[in-house]
Amino acid sequence: MADALGAFLEGTVRTATPLAFAALGEALVERSGVINIGLEGSIIAGALGGVVTAGGAGTGVGLAAALVAGAAVAAVFALFAVKLRADQIITGTAVTLLSLGLTGTLYRSAFGTGGAALGTPTLGPLAIPGLSAIPLVGPALFAQPITTYLAMALVPLASWWLARTHAGLALRACGENPAAARAAGIAVGRVQTAAIIFGGALGGLAGGTLVLAQAGTFVEGMSAGRGFIAIAIVVLGRWQPLGVGLAALLFGAASALQFAFQAMGWQLPYQLFLASPYLLTLLALALARSRFVAPAALGKIVEA
Amino acid sequence: MNTSALRDVSVVAALTMFALLLLTIILAATGHDVGDALTALARGSVGSWDALLSGTLVRATPLLIAGLAITLAFRAGVLNIGAEGQLLMGAAAATALGLAWHGPAWLTVGGLLLAGALAGGCWAAVAATLRLRFGVLEVISTLMLNFVAQYLLGWLVRGPMQEPTRIYPQSATLDTVARLPIVIPGSRLHAGFLLGIVLAVALAILLRRTAAGFRIRLVGANPVAAVSAGRVDAAVVAFGAFIASGALAGFAGAVEVSGVTFALYENLSPGYGFSAIAVALLARLNPLGVIGTAVLFGALEAGAVSMQRDAAVPSVVVNVVEAVLILLVVATDRWRAQRLTAQAGT
Repeated sequence: MADALGAFLEGTVRTATPLAFAALGEALVERSGVINIGLEGSIIAGALGGVVTAGGAGTGVGLAAALVAGAAVAAVFALFAVKLRADQIITGTAVTLLSLGLTGTLYRSAFGTGGAALGTPTLGPLAIPGLSAIPLVGPALFAQPITTYLAMALVPLASWWLARTHAGLALRACGENPAAARAAGIAVGRVQTAAIIFGGALGGLAGGTLVLAQAGTFVEGMSAGRGFIAIAIVVLGRWQPLGVGLAALLFGAASALQFAFQAMGWQLPYQLFLASPYLLTLLALALARSRFVAPAALGKIVEA
Repeated sequence: MNTSALRDVSVVAALTMFALLLLTIILAATGHDVGDALTALARGSVGSWDALLSGTLVRATPLLIAGLAITLAFRAGVLNIGAEGQLLMGAAAATALGLAWHGPAWLTVGGLLLAGALAGGCWAAVAATLRLRFGVLEVISTLMLNFVAQYLLGWLVRGPMQEPTRIYPQSATLDTVARLPIVIPGSRLHAGFLLGIVLAVALAILLRRTAAGFRIRLVGANPVAAVSAGRVDAAVVAFGAFIASGALAGFAGAVEVSGVTFALYENLSPGYGFSAIAVALLARLNPLGVIGTAVLFGALEAGAVSMQRDAAVPSVVVNVVEAVLILLVVATDRWRAQRLTAQAGT
């Protein structure tokens, strides 16, 4: 029983890590007034970028490449959504489609139509002496790959940055009242572009984490909707980094639960667990009256 | 055909040429034989009567009907990106009815298509209600419901609706009375394509010639003005258009089951509901234009299948072409709008 619980907690944190990266990035993007549903595209690009480079150059370079790949995809989105002021939803859908298609094509062209599995070294768990010995939660929280610690550090960092720095205030101003922000001398387009590219880089890191800290290989379409889940996590976390971190854990728990139930031999349709985070998000959205906490200018096109 | 329609058609043609050029570059860059690949693309899409009828037009059918669903919603200012989920629910309901009950052929097929539309409408009603009553952004709710629908389908074909031998994750096969008739003997082109064209014409008339269509366009263009201009309840009009959009997507799923697959599968749709967004946008949300763009995308996807088979080109490359087309349409629209603003300013 304790074993199953320990495995469940460990699985929760592990599954939550890439979701937290992607959702934290998206939270910052949305706080700047832009909704980027092309995030899925950044994740899959990061996964491919990571797996291709890590084999030869090591996992560190792989994660860096994942960041760059994710940022590059987001830059395409920024070009259309900010520079050309195109509809964000349509652009985001196109960017996701573009990235899924391009990564699939490149991968199959390079490694055969059958998609021969491309193995890569993975980041091992890095146990923190002392803390990892705490019963139950110790291994789950403090014997994880370095990427998990990075995600944990990002949550307070993003909170502090948003609330306490000038740049954070400028970002929030763009999302709440772009006209006022412009009057105050803030280059709204530039702030949003920077936020989108940073968010894309974190999305890429999420993809890199998937291959380099978890799967150890690339599978076509392996982002499996995580970009969209991340958007749900942002809403559930009410656009606050701390809330986003907790919401990511909740989604992680929902998918870890299916393995726990299987281990216990309980016969429940696993699709129920897979679908539950989405249903939970819908419920939370309905109850949260989220329109009052969402950035006021979210998704609106800012005319120059 | 008036000049603006002619211009739109030529813009789409130019963009398609550009996208095909890009496809050629991608193929060359990834080390494929460009000649072989493009020959296979043409052969699988328009190379023969059979390719055109059984490949392109059969593929175009769900894209056409789901494209109309997107068109209706977007025209009303509802960003329904849940056509995929609504389509899957329509397919599931149609299969369930088709397996449970048989009457005369016309009644069976009719009932099955109606069940699909009903299920798609109900699935959309969830998101529509969340928007109307709780102010939940439909972009997020429909995305979530797509995943729920996909998992629900996965459970259905492994649980209550699994075929009798309980080996494969799919339903039993529909009886012939539950299948849409073939339009041209010897091909696989079913009556669903014609239904799609009828629906496109009907939607065009609805939007252009009726009071309801006027209200939809008004609400989509400017909900605030629609309300202040009097007696148009923008929220109710959007709600109705949302559900009708879901019904159309569900209808598309029912047509696919009754015309092509004859059974419920988990991978029934290779993302028709998402491609439909590109189809509708490329047609600039014009129902009659959707017929053309759906056939174009049907040809691309049918051609991609033969490219993969005959020239070892991954069929997902078509997604790249579709995505580039959407981005190009968006860019030209914005460019045109900015030029008009500039002209008005001087």
